[in-house]
Amino acid sequence: MSAGTDKIAVTISNIVKLNDLVTRFEFKRTDGELFPTFSGGAHTVIEMKDGDITRLNPYSLMSDPRDQSTYMISVRRDDEGRGGSLFMHNNVSVGDEMVLSYPVNLFSLDLRAKKHLMIAGGIGITPFMAQIKQLDHAHGNWELHYACRSEALGSYVDELTSTHPNDVNIYYDDQKQFIDLENLLDGQPLGTHIYVCGPKGMIDWVRGKAAELGWPREAVHYEEFLAPQPGKPFEVKLAVSNKVIQVGEQESLLEAMEREGVDAPYLCRGGACGQCETNVIGYDGKFIHRDHWLEEDEHASGKKIMPCVSRFEGKTLVLDR
Amino acid sequence: MSKFKFPESIKSRPVYGTLEPRAGKAHLFVADAEGAEAILDVAKADKDLVANAHIIYIPKNTGDTYVKKLEALKPQQMYVGPSYAASVTRLQRTLADAHMGLQVYLTGTEGLMGQAMLEATNAGIPYTAIQTEHRGSVARRMQCVHCKGITEDVIMDPFVCSHCGLNLFVRDHYSRRLAAYQGVCIDAEDPGNVPEAVELYK
Repeated sequence: MSAGTDKIAVTISNIVKLNDLVTRFEFKRTDGELFPTFSGGAHTVIEMKDGDITRLNPYSLMSDPRDQSTYMISVRRDDEGRGGSLFMHNNVSVGDEMVLSYPVNLFSLDLRAKKHLMIAGGIGITPFMAQIKQLDHAHGNWELHYACRSEALGSYVDELTSTHPNDVNIYYDDQKQFIDLENLLDGQPLGTHIYVCGPKGMIDWVRGKAAELGWPREAVHYEEFLAPQPGKPFEVKLAVSNKVIQVGEQESLLEAMEREGVDAPYLCRGGACGQCETNVIGYDGKFIHRDHWLEEDEHASGKKIMPCVSRFEGKTLVLDR
Repeated sequence: MSKFKFPESIKSRPVYGTLEPRAGKAHLFVADAEGAEAILDVAKADKDLVANAHIIYIPKNTGDTYVKKLEALKPQQMYVGPSYAASVTRLQRTLADAHMGLQVYLTGTEGLMGQAMLEATNAGIPYTAIQTEHRGSVARRMQCVHCKGITEDVIMDPFVCSHCGLNLFVRDHYSRRLAAYQGVCIDAEDPGNVPEAVELYK
């Protein structure tokens, strides 16, 4: 259901393999109409019909936010993941019809900022592709620091450095090039906001260093989508729907509820936005909380769970859903 | 005693805290009158922090009471100004040259804190990241909602607008953009029927 997740039927118009790991998918509306505009940093949730399973994976929109003719996403293949990215890489071809959600932005630019300092790691570059286009239209003040594993895996490096040679800084891990974070943060003009998207370690590193140097929390923005992790199967009683459902090893609690036709709210499906927060009525066992929405004391309370990424091990779990 | 506990009020009314030392590469204090006492308290908690700081201080009616004590903290820079208006260009220049990591501490009267807060937020610091501590007079900086004129240091309610002469009721409705409370005509329906003025919080 789910606020802000109206659906758009789309047709794949182009597929571009960027390198060994990353492929770009381009979509046109199947009805020939225009897409809604969005703001840089927004994501869309893609429905993938993978046999009996419907996967719903969020991907950052990376096309020009003002371009209503085409939406683009870039997908990094994750061979260890639950299969969403593999499905996109292996099972999707030009001309296929798919369903996207309306864009939702949980990583928007703070337009009060005097300067936008972007820090990307790997596939974390995608939201910045759209934000940079948005800021270019508005003549915004920004610079990008982008760490990639190697030249071969540096998605969009050529495009970025050729269009913005003075604002884009690239760091290749295999050439022992690393972001000198302390010096980068030191001396930024008042009113600078930091945006960081990449692996968890990078996000924690940037947030920690910024706090240490006295940056206001409100000036540090980050986006970290967690993919739901597999785990032991468990059983859940849904009190409102009056159903007992099984959550399989490879699916999340949210996905299991959806499979059973329970209308559960969601937005990010990655433990970040808080939309799917669900009250626990009773339990006997232990929670495996993986979100970064609930506070630590809420995790410990046993009264709330984020079904998009968190799991449960034990005898019984009863949810208010 | 320079501290005053404001009663609970509407959401619009600013709430002030207690200054505490925070991590940062640079520290800027802006204070008037008894606000000096809050700076002295921060110095008790962290002497080095204040020794590293820039203090902009407007003594107002406290004269020389605190100036020597503040100087004794040996701040990196200290400016003692005759009024806020005389000091604001220095504040603006300091903020324009400042970098992220600057910590801003505002203390003293509401009018001083509000106006300095406006400069700091205009310079790009989120208002939630700016520390404030009220000290001294509870007088307010008031905007007449009719003529838009500002009357400083209003302590009586109602009061007469110093610009248009209307009798104004002192509201708790505050504007961060104007750094002022709203004063609204109290006798519009029945001109001349003005309640006796009482001192705020008495």
